[in-house]
Amino acid sequence: MMRILWNSFKKGILSRKFEKVSLPPGYEKTGGELHSLIKKKFGRSLHIREVAAGSCGACESEIISAGNPVYDIQRFGVDFVASPRHADALLVTGPVPRNMELALKRTYEAMPGPKFVVTCGDCALDGGAFRDSYYCAGDIGKIVPVAAHIPGCPPRPQAIVEALLLLIGRIN
Amino acid sequence: MNIEDILKELTSGEKITPDATRWLAPEEVHIEVRPGDFRNACLFAHHKTGSPVSSLFAEDARAADGCFYVRCVFASRHEGRWLVISARLDAAAPEFDSLANDIFSAAFFEREVSEMFGIKRRGAFDTRRLRLHTEVWPEGFYPLRKDFRPPEKCGGTGLDYAFRRVEGDGVFEVPVGPVHAGIIAPGHFRFSAAGEPVLNLEIRLGFAHRGVEKLFEGKIPEAALAFSEFVDGEAAFAHSLAFSMAVEKIRGIIVPGERQRARAVLLELERLYNHAADVGGLATDVGFSFPAACASVIKEGLLALNEKLTGSRYLKSFNRLGGAALPPSAAADIGAGLAAAEKDFLVLKETLYGSVSFMDRVEETGILPHKAAVELGVSGPAGRASGIAADLRADFSHLYKNAGFKPAKQEKGDVLARLNVRVAEFEESARLIRKFCCPQGQGGDAPPAAARPQSGCALGWAESWRGPVLYWVRLGENGLVERCKVTDPSFQNWEGLAQAVPGNIIPDFPLCNKSFNLSYPGNDL
Repeated sequence: MMRILWNSFKKGILSRKFEKVSLPPGYEKTGGELHSLIKKKFGRSLHIREVAAGSCGACESEIISAGNPVYDIQRFGVDFVASPRHADALLVTGPVPRNMELALKRTYEAMPGPKFVVTCGDCALDGGAFRDSYYCAGDIGKIVPVAAHIPGCPPRPQAIVEALLLLIGRIN
Repeated sequence: MNIEDILKELTSGEKITPDATRWLAPEEVHIEVRPGDFRNACLFAHHKTGSPVSSLFAEDARAADGCFYVRCVFASRHEGRWLVISARLDAAAPEFDSLANDIFSAAFFEREVSEMFGIKRRGAFDTRRLRLHTEVWPEGFYPLRKDFRPPEKCGGTGLDYAFRRVEGDGVFEVPVGPVHAGIIAPGHFRFSAAGEPVLNLEIRLGFAHRGVEKLFEGKIPEAALAFSEFVDGEAAFAHSLAFSMAVEKIRGIIVPGERQRARAVLLELERLYNHAADVGGLATDVGFSFPAACASVIKEGLLALNEKLTGSRYLKSFNRLGGAALPPSAAADIGAGLAAAEKDFLVLKETLYGSVSFMDRVEETGILPHKAAVELGVSGPAGRASGIAADLRADFSHLYKNAGFKPAKQEKGDVLARLNVRVAEFEESARLIRKFCCPQGQGGDAPPAAARPQSGCALGWAESWRGPVLYWVRLGENGLVERCKVTDPSFQNWEGLAQAVPGNIIPDFPLCNKSFNLSYPGNDL
């Protein structure tokens, strides 16, 4: 226990140590704006349920990275939850293989309203590299209504935060 | 026993005379046998090499040769060579004798061959489909046939998948997935339990099936190389390396030493960030947040290093046919990045191994016995944790052999053994990276492209952080990819997980699962 405390103390708060972890400039500012918007519009916190619909895993890795001590998206009021029942928003990655259509639809239906869907990564926009596949739905919009898209292959953690800021700014 | 002796004995002892024997490369021999002999020849090679079925796949050659081919790949580890046994199958009614009753490691490959090509297996014990789920995909459409046309309508077939049923007093089922609680790819786990312990676990995958192998077809090799990085995003470099090796073999491109070392550096960097994340994943799954955070910081630092070196956090779009060259500043960046990662990794290691309650959770949990691992063909860190010291780097690569590489090995096969393997591999990878980038990675000139034949077939391989990734590629006369068989280690390792879980309680499942950490997209293709 003492060792953990000592190591934590030694390491300090990483998200504040810019020079050490080379956070992109402006990240704190974007995050701060996102935080105040979430406070105003979502009563302090935005809960997101992630659904991987045939992605290669890189998008998931970046979404997880957004929660690491460096980017620490949670301090801006964004949390990834384990159930669609707890979620305000659905974050979908991947080109949506046929086998995932029903699961995606049901996950959306299980969410309480008001709710919205954001797609993440190039595959989720129009199938990306899998556009011509015999087994991908291609257009997620046909399965669930999509409010916004986060481009990138995969989008970096800071791009995810920036995109959320833009999106939430638009929501009334 | 060497491959030459195996072939001799095949003719003298088994009375199977191959119709053709071709050495495609010094390390790769193809033999073609009559369809009736296919099963016996494979059994013989399996026993003599001691190798599981490394890959088994079909090829639609009706246009060129008027037949289907079925091919089975074995690794002769002690001499570092591949043996590929093929048979021609009838174009109109293709079928072959199932191997799976005698070699379990062939079972999943056979199901794949059947659903993708409509090739029948005589005596198969499992005729269910694997990836083209019966709920959505109608009968009679075989995507990897060359004359395939997709069905007009998908979905709503009204059919269901039959899970293995466990019956008895108090037995209940717990269905989990395809959408999981964490931020992770989709799959379905069906637990049958009585009280706390799991009696049976059936894993149903294919939810991330995107038709990868079909999409490879008709691409120019350069485009296919970029596409191979989408197969599994966390092992993007290993996949692109295996693919490029296959094409380089076909084209007769020799990759200069400096560029081979640069590739090895990147392959090991991929292993580092993933192993760090996996060690942290175990901490997450027991609710031990400090080491979990520590691991995610290590991963973040390594991803930033990847970006500095290649422009991509996931090492994408960097590998080229003919090799990869690191920037001149690489050695300094790598030195600094590695030092930071190793320092944090030491803290991570000490915290985990120093925690009695953590050790209590991982010891004796999720044991995969050696015998089961061998029978199932489990490979990679999971195999090495169950006493199978197979590692393509040690068995097939001169570069690694010369660097004094020895695969990590554990005997017990529990979660702790898999953790130990990962920790040892993390440390070994850091050592290898330093060694490989030591003589200043100046890259060397790109080798001259393709003076030799543009068409043909070859096997490419890479030991990814999850285990061996194999690419069997055929380039057609026009230089385009005609067939690309991707074999990800997860394809066989998932069954290893299914066998390791029974007897454990469901709350220990995340721990077992994370200790294997298998790929959904690599498996589902």
